[in-house]
Amino acid sequence: MATPPSAAEIVARFEIRHGRFLDAKGRALCPLPDFARDPRELVALYRAMVLARSFDAKAIALQRTGRLGTYSSALGQEAVAVGIAGAMRAEDVLLPSFREHGAQLLRGVSLYELFLFWGGDERGSDFKGPREDFPICVPVGTHAPHAAGVALAFKLRHQARVAVCVIGDGATSKGDVAEAFNVAGVWRLPVVYVVNNNGWAISVPRDRQTAAETLAQKAIAAGFEGEQVDGNDVIAVREAMSRALEKARAGGGPSLIEAITYRLGDHTTADDASRYRTDSEVSARWAEDPIARLRSHLLAEGAWSKEEEERLLADSAAAIEEALERYLATPPQGPETMFDFTYEALPKDLLEQRAAALSAPGESRGPPATER
Amino acid sequence: MPEITLVEAVTLALARAMAEDKEVVLLGEDIGVDGGVFRATDGLLARFGAERVFDTPLAEAMIAGLSVGLAAQGFRPVAEIQFTGFIYPIIDQILNHASRLRTRTRGRLTCPLVVRSPYGGGIRAIEHHSESPEALFAHIPGLRVVIPSSPRRAYGLLLAAIRDPDPVMFLEPTRLYRSAREEVEDTGEPLPLDRAFVLREGGDITFVGWGAMLKETLLAADRLEADGIGAEVIDAATLKPFDTETLFASVQKTGRCVIVHEAALTGGFGGEIAARLAEGALTSLLAPVARVAGWDTVIPGLRVERHYMPGENRILEAARKTLAFA
Repeated sequence: MATPPSAAEIVARFEIRHGRFLDAKGRALCPLPDFARDPRELVALYRAMVLARSFDAKAIALQRTGRLGTYSSALGQEAVAVGIAGAMRAEDVLLPSFREHGAQLLRGVSLYELFLFWGGDERGSDFKGPREDFPICVPVGTHAPHAAGVALAFKLRHQARVAVCVIGDGATSKGDVAEAFNVAGVWRLPVVYVVNNNGWAISVPRDRQTAAETLAQKAIAAGFEGEQVDGNDVIAVREAMSRALEKARAGGGPSLIEAITYRLGDHTTADDASRYRTDSEVSARWAEDPIARLRSHLLAEGAWSKEEEERLLADSAAAIEEALERYLATPPQGPETMFDFTYEALPKDLLEQRAAALSAPGESRGPPATER
Repeated sequence: MPEITLVEAVTLALARAMAEDKEVVLLGEDIGVDGGVFRATDGLLARFGAERVFDTPLAEAMIAGLSVGLAAQGFRPVAEIQFTGFIYPIIDQILNHASRLRTRTRGRLTCPLVVRSPYGGGIRAIEHHSESPEALFAHIPGLRVVIPSSPRRAYGLLLAAIRDPDPVMFLEPTRLYRSAREEVEDTGEPLPLDRAFVLREGGDITFVGWGAMLKETLLAADRLEADGIGAEVIDAATLKPFDTETLFASVQKTGRCVIVHEAALTGGFGGEIAARLAEGALTSLLAPVARVAGWDTVIPGLRVERHYMPGENRILEAARKTLAFA
């Protein structure tokens, strides 16, 4: 639009910051935040990222051999999930999308539960650890208003707790997300929205998703702060999360953090990303690998060694193997469980269907009860 | 005891539920200061305060989604959708989330929410204010669909819906909001969410309907009575779960059944009822089951609406045909 001929004044303006602490080689670009000066803190984040990546690799292999359902890898995005959960308190509530198993693990969801979930067993969302955390949300962005509702519950009960909702870059195009941002802003709800911007919504790249320069600025229209961080710099993610959580806890309302990362893998095991992006694009992005970046930093600081690395990989593999064996040894639930959680008390017609399902003749075709 | 209207009975039940349980909160568009466009929440903001009654931004999917979050945290949100013409954006939240949170988490998180909405035609409204989407919701596992047809049933069913541990769609027949009057005692007594109500007994033919359509159905029954024909009139009241037993008991007696609803015929809930009769009561039937419903058209504007809404005469015609079948 051309400048209006009226006596126009500028009535609003905004700017979006992009924060990072480590460059791609793990060198500090500025003084690190306090927590990151303690090598034990950084090592804990590093361990969580490595465990998440090890789980990823195993899950893909299992899907390929028919022992897990379709799986969405978080390869290359581990710093986002781990940075988020690393900053949260146990009493906060996480509402994840489907690439945040790194955050779920840090919050106390077990590897066994993750295998159950991705294996198509609802018990995988009956977390024994974070009882109030939401299950993984598959319909894109539809959990954004739930986070506002959880945050409203905290506010009404005067609890110093925060809801943390993770969505992808594609989700920012959805109405649910815009509606959730709007109510979070106008009611100053204690919620932190994180856009895990991995550059691709299946085959649609970020620049075809929206003409907005940043996704962080979507918060501005809803009346709250948004900022970008380097999502492959776990220190930057964790630091921004800590500030946003503290603000929310103190009654300062919501924040939006856009974590810029890159999806090094396919969208899911059912996807073939070579149909829409080049290998050279992907291989170039490996230079920004969040795990290598933090490892370089820790090695340079003398806070990590080759031996510790080997032990960590072995420990991660052993923990995953143990969880996997338990998962494979867990028989599927009976057909009655389809019914038993539909309502607290089953209506009569559903009780009749339940009985019918239990006495129904078995099917020789169709998906097997278990694939071993 | 003074008579009150159906919409006043809704308000009475909301106030009762809020007074009993501090986890009951109300949210929706214009429900606070304005008391709702039909005044269903009139006075509740003043009585219970801004921490219990929220005027939301204008965003229906958000209202439902926010309610899911509140419910998962142990609140009992009662959301108002201003008209059913605007209810469609919430289907995603109801179908993908509210109705299945219990199943998905094996009971760890639950969703005890109620969505109230005025529904149905015959109110001389503009476009998108007269829809009857009950069958869409009745198709969703994990949900309850409740439709009152009198002030007393509105009071008792709404109390039960709010106390129920699972999500409930509570559709209030707009046409009856102020036309139906009844004495309602504020006892706090709920009505069951799985029982149909026999409004009138008769031995020759069974009518089953719900919501505002029962008004015309009862008039048709009066006219049959004048001819010496006994019509039994059943208010289904809860479409999900549907009380097959009460219907079968009636049809065993009468052998003839006419289903009445104002929603479009095809895929309407009448089809489900007819199927149940075919499956479980075929040997009791003396005539084919008849359906009197809205046509498979968009509900027309108010000048043509009376040709769309099933009326007393169409119901009567279907009844006479059913009675004549030998």
